Amino acid sequence: MTNSIAELEDANCILVIGSNTNENHPVIAARIKRAVRFRGADLIVVDPRRQDLVKFAKLYLRQIPGTDIALLNAMMHVIIRDNLYDAAYVAERTENFEALKETVAAYTPERAERITGIPARDIEAAARMYAQAKVASIVYCMGITQHTVGTDNVKALANLAMLCGNVGVWGGGVNPLRGQNNVQGACDMGGLPNVFSGYQPVTDEAARKKMEAAWGVSNLPAWVGKTMTEMLPAIHAGEMKALYIIGENPALSDADAHHAIQAMQKLELLVVQDIFLTETGKLAHVVLPAASFAEKDGTFSNTERRVARVRRCIPPLPGTKPDWQIICELSTRMGYPMRYASPEEIFEEIRTVTPSYAGITYQRLEAGGIQWPCPTEEHPGTVFLHKDRFARGLGMFFPVEHKDPAEMPDEEFPLYLTTGRLLYHYHTGTMSRRAPGLVEKAPECRVELAAADAARLGIAEGDTVRVRSRRGEITARATISPKAVAGTVFLPFHFAEAAANKLTNAALDPVCKIPEFKVCAVQVTKA
Amino acid sequence: MAEPTLTLNGRTVAFQPGQTILEVAQGAGVYIPTLCYMKDTLPTGSCRVCVVEVEGARTLLPACATQAAANQVIQTESPRVAAARRMVLELALASGNHNCLICEANGECELQALAYRYQVPTPAFAAPPDTPYYFEDNNSMIVRDFSKCIMCGRCVRGCTERQVNDAIAIGYRGSHNKIVAKADKTYIESDCVFCGECVQSCPVGALLDKNAIGQGRSWERTTVRTVCPYCGVGCQLEVHVKDDRILKVTGADAVPNEGRLCVKGRFGWHFVHHPDRLTTPLLRKNGELTPVSWDEALDYVAARLTEIKAKYGPGQIGGWCSARITNEENYLMQKFMRAVLGTNHVDHCARL
Repeated sequence: MTNSIAELEDANCILVIGSNTNENHPVIAARIKRAVRFRGADLIVVDPRRQDLVKFAKLYLRQIPGTDIALLNAMMHVIIRDNLYDAAYVAERTENFEALKETVAAYTPERAERITGIPARDIEAAARMYAQAKVASIVYCMGITQHTVGTDNVKALANLAMLCGNVGVWGGGVNPLRGQNNVQGACDMGGLPNVFSGYQPVTDEAARKKMEAAWGVSNLPAWVGKTMTEMLPAIHAGEMKALYIIGENPALSDADAHHAIQAMQKLELLVVQDIFLTETGKLAHVVLPAASFAEKDGTFSNTERRVARVRRCIPPLPGTKPDWQIICELSTRMGYPMRYASPEEIFEEIRTVTPSYAGITYQRLEAGGIQWPCPTEEHPGTVFLHKDRFARGLGMFFPVEHKDPAEMPDEEFPLYLTTGRLLYHYHTGTMSRRAPGLVEKAPECRVELAAADAARLGIAEGDTVRVRSRRGEITARATISPKAVAGTVFLPFHFAEAAANKLTNAALDPVCKIPEFKVCAVQVTKA
Repeated sequence: MAEPTLTLNGRTVAFQPGQTILEVAQGAGVYIPTLCYMKDTLPTGSCRVCVVEVEGARTLLPACATQAAANQVIQTESPRVAAARRMVLELALASGNHNCLICEANGECELQALAYRYQVPTPAFAAPPDTPYYFEDNNSMIVRDFSKCIMCGRCVRGCTERQVNDAIAIGYRGSHNKIVAKADKTYIESDCVFCGECVQSCPVGALLDKNAIGQGRSWERTTVRTVCPYCGVGCQLEVHVKDDRILKVTGADAVPNEGRLCVKGRFGWHFVHHPDRLTTPLLRKNGELTPVSWDEALDYVAARLTEIKAKYGPGQIGGWCSARITNEENYLMQKFMRAVLGTNHVDHCARL
């Protein structure tokens, strides 16, 4: 997030797009709903499903899945056409405005209506509502990113926010909600193929030299590695032989999961480190039992870049070890001794090589979390980014064009499938499906259908249905829900016995290599 | 312009216009008891336990719902105030069956604490012992015991104002007042999403986390502040522990959640103690995953990684960090992959 969670209550307009906030980030949804109810904020919800947050919205725009760019460009079209943009901000703080203007000129609300299915008058109203708010915030999630145009979707949101002067101000911003407790931290710490901790590129010689000196090694690889979504095809192609996986369950979470499982079965060595024997662990050569979050010390970094202490509540379950100790013991066995007495000692090393974390200490964290960048021990942390100037100097408009999703409905597979989470479960369910209360509320996978589609297909509430795509099929019971809009079915991906990702399309965004989980074509029949 | 001042128990205190008497007192370190008052919600002044004596006012005034005014002269513990509070507490105690002996809230009950502070005797007008009260225990998360309910309304404001879930309301009229969920159904049959805000809001033992019932008194538990293991909001948790077992989780009053949690954060921690937890390394022998010692497992992994690196080169090895493990662990994992194995095939599930 460019801005902080608490700031949402001070936004005059909030545009929620591609985020089912009320179910996936309920505590952030509470802030949004408070802004609407107690501060009079205008809420715009854009989503293929009529999600719960719509009850609080002034405007609900239902787009055809995968058409966000057309909508956003048309909103910018209206804002520029009617001179509603922040001309002073655009002049002082941004560049490449003319190119944006040229691109969005072609996206009239009428043309966008044909692409998105959203009435032109609603697009006009949304544009005015967003542009005329004193401060407007954009909140998005995987509904924006999990597309073959995911990167372009994000650029379109950034364009819209900059156009209206909403970046670098309190209450505004472009705010992705991170879906997993420490996904932000995993990125910050260099758990990515192209960067060390603090986003220092592996291709930068100075960064490599710095790490080599800190780590006492030479010849760190200078090439950019593969993403997870690229590693699996590489295994298929015989270009990867060993994989060491910590706390991930790709056999269930990867697009086209069947293909992912086949890949892992080809490996000469698959090591899986987890707290349970997951679907992925069952394929492994070695399984290492890790301690849970409640059994160790450390830090997590949340979606607003806030680093906070994780504290040991109970000792590790006998037989398990915290992940950091397992890595240390393995490394030491391989001739590179890692002998840290505590996570704090590791954190001290992180600080010395990661400028954005340099000012954070365990002692400071006793008083509460600190938001990076925090370059020195005197620095209070950064509540919102890009104040007064962008990280790169001027904010750059990157005009983008609408492209259809990689797979569109056709005669054989006439329905859109979109996937996501339920309030009561989390990711592949390894944690949430072991809590009695959560299972009580959401015991099984349900295929969510609109009443119109259900009637046409002769499906009643609770019927077992077969959902089939070009890649696989699953069976599960149907639920006819007012959240669903005709033409689109929804599946949660928590349930191994009805794994939604047997159906999803592994087509990737060309830049960030994210699979198109949010759109594929399926056929639904009564089983 | 100088800040306005008022007199609080004989002391001159400055305040900001718009502050309530309660806020001014809290700022000045003067204790005023409350029951229905709750942070981040609109004051209702309904319980009357925070009443104070303001010179010139006809009646005692609720400090939580009365704005401070310049030159007010306020007494927070005068005999008149104490007598009124004693009466309010006696009525609250009379309105149910407040048996502290087996009450889950014993030791952290705000009504019990105030009854002690004001030495409130057994209520003179208690309901007869056979008075029936609503009791609900038909789900695995929340128990509702209205024999303890004092109708302070905090659960309703927690639900509608702090979480804005709008699942419960005050229903019926007069002495029939009762907290209701969707046309007076049980929680599990209603629109309740089990965020548990109502349980955390309850000052007494009327709304309970079912997991913790009978498992230990408040003074037998320790609480540890940590971060929720579910989504990326990073809610701060208080984990309540006894004998190395988690009994319950509550929201910590800290950024970013300020006490709020969702159903997963509050009721989703059972995986920690689940019998399915792995407790020994496993090594595939003759096609079967077989329990082995840590030494055997780690020696095997180290030897195989060394062999594969030598045979195929570092570019044939990949490692996945995790959004579930700590920063320290992610850092070490990428360091291990890069510095020890010599590969940049490092990633995690950010895209999934």
